[in-house]
Amino acid sequence: MAHATATTAPGQNLWNGGVSPMGASYGKLMMWFFLLSDAFTFSGLLVTYGFVRSAHQSYQGAADVFKFSHDYWPIPEKVFEAVPFLHGISLPLVFVGIMTFILIMSSVTMVLAVEAGHRMDRKAVEKWMLWTILGGITFLSCQAWEWSHFIVGTETPTLIKDFVKGEWITREVFGANLHVNQYGPQDFADFFFFITGFHGFHVFSGVLLNFLIYYNTVTGVYQRRGHYEMVEKVGLYWHFVDLVWVFVFTFFYLV
Amino acid sequence: MSHHSEEQEITVLPPDKAKIKQLWTVAGILGLITAFEFLIAFTMHHGTGKTIIFVVMTIVKAGYIVGEFMHLRYEVKVLFWSIMVPITFIAWMLVAFLYEGFQLSDINFLRF
Repeated sequence: MAHATATTAPGQNLWNGGVSPMGASYGKLMMWFFLLSDAFTFSGLLVTYGFVRSAHQSYQGAADVFKFSHDYWPIPEKVFEAVPFLHGISLPLVFVGIMTFILIMSSVTMVLAVEAGHRMDRKAVEKWMLWTILGGITFLSCQAWEWSHFIVGTETPTLIKDFVKGEWITREVFGANLHVNQYGPQDFADFFFFITGFHGFHVFSGVLLNFLIYYNTVTGVYQRRGHYEMVEKVGLYWHFVDLVWVFVFTFFYLV
Repeated sequence: MSHHSEEQEITVLPPDKAKIKQLWTVAGILGLITAFEFLIAFTMHHGTGKTIIFVVMTIVKAGYIVGEFMHLRYEVKVLFWSIMVPITFIAWMLVAFLYEGFQLSDINFLRF
């Protein structure tokens, strides 16, 4: 598909604003508006998180004597403090910081691929797309580790009181899933799975799209087409995934 | 695609040094802000001030990603505002839901 501006004869005024009033091709424009709608979806999730969190009791005591309990919302840095191969050492938010760094870097390599595409530099596009794909896969692997750690839980269980069949019982709870949660209120675990899961799924689709772009670049599809606009469009999606992570990082892990 | 275009010579332009340097600068800024966020996370007490700093830094980071990496800053003004104006709805959604949440918190917990 050629640029929209190239398909009409000079002087022809298809719309009132000219052929392309926004100065962008149809595909690029649609990617922008898709991302806008996706931004609303993610905002919906994050705002609901804020809503439910603010409706819960927050932890009042000192941070160093913090204990997991169903009575208040947990401090995120007390939940996410594990790093692979460093078992038993408390390193709050370090691993999620590494993940943030990986995603930002893969966003940089993506924009370098876009820049190379503008110059019709096939070799450079291939190189930077590979780095981007690698970054995406690394991020997903990190997330898989983080999820499994979150699900399995800490070494010491959290004692949770439950009202079952008319009497109070105390249960030992390890880790979290959609039924139990050792870290705090059930909603906390549910939001963790839904928000990071929905984002992770976006990263996964992004890696697939990036691979498609890489494949088409290698086989010379864009070379023959005469432009690398597809790299730019998928690049927009990939940056958006990075953008969402910036918000998830702040509102789920930091605040 | 016609055979004609396949046989065309493709001219590869040299790397745009200034542009690439600018992209790495933006990457450096994003990294620095994230590092600063970590610093704040472990030196400040939880509270409104901390939250405000995090929100401001997140918006700055978002501005760099959308403006520079996604090149929205360099798009036509109509496109720029078509994306930016609807975003304001999110701000309203956030205010409304947080207000509602804190009210619920009062109802649920303060009576005990």
